[in-house]
Amino acid sequence: MADVTLMKTPAETALVQAFESAKTALPGDGESRAQAFEHFAQQGLPHRRVEEFKYTDLRALLREVAPFAGTPSAEEAKAALAGAKALAGVDALQVPFVNGHFVRDAVDFHALPENVEIVPLAEALANGHDWLAKLSPVKWANDNPVYQLNTSFMADGVMIRIAGPVEAPVHLRFVTSATSAVATATRILVVVEEGASVTLLETHESTDGANHQPNDVVELIAGDRTNVQHVRVNAEGNKALALSTLAAKIGGEALFNSINVTAGAATSRHQVFAILDGENTNLRVNGTTMLKGTQHGDSTLVVEHAAPHCESRELFKTVIDNEATGVFQGKIIVPHHAQKTDGRMMSAALLLEEGGAMNNKPELEIFADDVQCAHGATCGQLDEDLLFYLMARGLPKKEAESLLVQAFLGEALEFVENEAVRESLVGTVEGWLKARA
Amino acid sequence: MLEIKNLVVQIEDKRILNGLNLTVNKGEVAAIMGPNGSGKSTLSYVIAGKEDYEILDGEILLDGENLLEMEPDQRAAAGVFLAFQYPLEIPGVASMTFLKAAINAQRKARGEDELTTPDFIKRVNAAATQLEIPKDMLKRALNVGFSGGEKKRMEILQMALLQPSFCILDETDSGLDIDALRIVSEGVNALRSPDRAFLVITHYQRLLNHIVPDTVHVMHGGRIVRSGGKELALELEANGYADYRESEAA
Ligand SMILES: Nc1ncnc2c1ncn2[C@@H]1O[C@H](COP(=O)(O)OP(=O)(O)OP(=O)(O)O)[C@@H](O)[C@H]1O
Ligand SMILES: [Mg+2]
Repeated sequence: MADVTLMKTPAETALVQAFESAKTALPGDGESRAQAFEHFAQQGLPHRRVEEFKYTDLRALLREVAPFAGTPSAEEAKAALAGAKALAGVDALQVPFVNGHFVRDAVDFHALPENVEIVPLAEALANGHDWLAKLSPVKWANDNPVYQLNTSFMADGVMIRIAGPVEAPVHLRFVTSATSAVATATRILVVVEEGASVTLLETHESTDGANHQPNDVVELIAGDRTNVQHVRVNAEGNKALALSTLAAKIGGEALFNSINVTAGAATSRHQVFAILDGENTNLRVNGTTMLKGTQHGDSTLVVEHAAPHCESRELFKTVIDNEATGVFQGKIIVPHHAQKTDGRMMSAALLLEEGGAMNNKPELEIFADDVQCAHGATCGQLDEDLLFYLMARGLPKKEAESLLVQAFLGEALEFVENEAVRESLVGTVEGWLKARA
Repeated sequence: MLEIKNLVVQIEDKRILNGLNLTVNKGEVAAIMGPNGSGKSTLSYVIAGKEDYEILDGEILLDGENLLEMEPDQRAAAGVFLAFQYPLEIPGVASMTFLKAAINAQRKARGEDELTTPDFIKRVNAAATQLEIPKDMLKRALNVGFSGGEKKRMEILQMALLQPSFCILDETDSGLDIDALRIVSEGVNALRSPDRAFLVITHYQRLLNHIVPDTVHVMHGGRIVRSGGKELALELEANGYADYRESEAA
């Protein structure tokens, strides 16, 4: 039973009540939920004196807990998906969710592409599916309060098994169409078996004007010699408080390339916990964040080189307009046996106006002696001389700024391998820039 | 065409232009020569509209319009073009993207339709051929990894595409090999017309054999201290600026 005395704020009390009333209705055996919630309740909502949440004080940000969204009717789901825009032009297998619930009817289970198997999570939880044992592959996530909340409340999602090469991307499309504020908690598990390859797209959209509270977790277990390309897009509504986690465990001689593109939500925090679990694996985690107004965007990252001879590259680019705030916290962990690790982490932020702020905290925790690791963080403004050069050629100031911002963000986007996806993301950047002109 | 009256400019409390007067007429090619640090690049930046400078006095009129009240892009649309002494590298901005954005921005400012892509490419190819700029150079990010001479050629390519009415060439000859100097000069000469004026800043008479000026001005201590015909350049080449230094000291 949760220790209510430690939970002080109204939001914390509301979470306890929400859990109490939801736990019997939520699918599956309540044991792991109860355990996760108890862990969460011991600390409560993390605040600024908790190191990992120093710049994103959830206790202050989460004032009121929105009710968890119910299952949408077939018509509601259909309408919501018809209006979805994120990566709309990209040819992909659609795996859609509306208001946090898997839209089963939208997937033709009899005609899934070769090497793709999908199991609805709610059903799996209710029936005690074998694969459930694979959940929570990354230990670093288990202590994380955002992840604990997801484990406590996860109501739906899918488990996907990729058994070999998959041609077309798999698109996990999340749309929240409710007009009043709702909370959602989805969990995705993707198991990519030895030698398999897949492109995973993940987009999150919600209605403007409502204080939605999505908490999404994607877990990935990729075997040896796999190639996983992952692209996540946060296009949440302008009032959303969006929390998300990617937990990935990657085998040897594998490639994993992930990018998160944030343009939406009032407040967002995307957490990545990755473990390189086999030798000679190549990991790239990039971020492209565009913030304006009073938006707050947090990218938090822990990469553990648990095996020797791996290479990781982390490149985060943040553009901050008006009074927005960006956060980057990145940590590369290299245990003593992970010799010949090659890790490079970089966070670069551009402040377009005086009022914005960026908090950069890159860290290395290295216990091996034969490694090459580096990290860097910069925060600056657009180069005045370059702006003048462009303006002297006739470009109005905003247009000149846009070209330079596109070039800046392009350095992170260029690693997206799928051309249609990359072009769509470039379009997102262009749209964002046009809106400020 | 261009009229500069009593221009006084300082930067960080350091006065660089001291009551400069200069007139360049339509169709004229005016050369400016002068020792290092005399303010030639400063003058070109101030005409083009760089922000760093404090204008204490004077005015700059282009066809009667006060340039000092315009933003750099408005000046460009009004016809001003500066070929930079040190062209800047812009990583991540493809040369073609940049050229197209520049041309269309100016066309838009003048109320003209944007160029279609085929039309744009045709124009770029024609100008690149004339200036012997290899096509794969245009595929790279603007000026990134270009040699000094390639950057200068790229500036002239931009000038040829933008068709400005008042062109400032700030030491375009420096860094060019002998063949490139000829090619670039031919490019400039091809643009000479009764409606267009040039301000050619150089240290060497050599360039003026290729681009023959109508007038030559000597700049010293932030002022034009002497003006003459093209023979003045030969005189400077022979005698240097010693005379002007003494007159300054006196
Ligand atoms: N940002 C600045 N801050 C301080 N002094 C400056 C700045 N820019 C230029 N100056 C000074 O102004 C003077 C004129 O510089 P400018 O570049 O205009 O000379 P120039 O005639 O073009 O010289 P060169 O022939 O070497 O190109 C120099 O003494 C230079 O050091
Ligand atoms: Mg100079």
